[in-house]
Amino acid sequence: MSIGLEHYLVLSAVLFAIGLFGALTKRNALVVLMCIEIMLNSVNIAMVGFSRFITPTELTGQIFAIFIIVVAAAEAAVGLAIVISIFRNRDTVDTTDIDLMKG
Amino acid sequence: MGIDIAFWIMAVVGVVAALGVIFLKNVFHTALSLILCLLTVAGIYITLSADFLAGVQILVYVGGISILVILAIMLTREVHRGNLNNKLRIPAFIIVAVFLGIILYAMLNTSWPVTTPPPMEPTTATLADKMLGNNGFILGIEIAGALLLAAVLGAIVLVREK
Repeated sequence: MSIGLEHYLVLSAVLFAIGLFGALTKRNALVVLMCIEIMLNSVNIAMVGFSRFITPTELTGQIFAIFIIVVAAAEAAVGLAIVISIFRNRDTVDTTDIDLMKG
Repeated sequence: MGIDIAFWIMAVVGVVAALGVIFLKNVFHTALSLILCLLTVAGIYITLSADFLAGVQILVYVGGISILVILAIMLTREVHRGNLNNKLRIPAFIIVAVFLGIILYAMLNTSWPVTTPPPMEPTTATLADKMLGNNGFILGIEIAGALLLAAVLGAIVLVREK
């Protein structure tokens, strides 16, 4: 059986689930950011897969993937800056200790 | 046939590396595992004949974001505490398993309108045409530029010494 669209979609879903699990359960804020990067990459795989197998001459999926990469780069820069700023102020990056807004 | 073998290698290595991000104990090893995962995603793009995207993936993720992540790990001195989990581990696993089941069921039971003309091999010129030509994504590119400027300024303001 040759590789089709379903293979890429299943790979994308598995990577997204792994990233979601990590983003929900990790205590280090940096690892949470890494898991969000995995999720964004899995979405890109689905986008490019659709672009390759459903509209091979349009390339719209690849253009969307490029925009997702741009937003992910901006998100990583700001997110890591926020984490470093939190570490400066509170001396920890543990998400269970960062509960300033907890009622 | 070669594409099939390449896909399976990339898929297995990528999923194992993503699991390594979750299960490795050392945060620094976690970052290295993330870099491996991002590299295999670039390989997946090549099997999808998206050559420009593969290059962008390596430049932006493997070259840029991974450096940022490793720098942040070095700046926060939390490596010795290890890669801990919070109390939500079992509920989160149940939620993620249900989510994965639903989305796999939906994906595999949909009849996608797959067409099979041969893929374009050098995609760069076509991508530029689609992005910058008539009915392109000019507005999106302008907004992306403004977003990147705002992100850079925001990052500088956030980490600046008072």
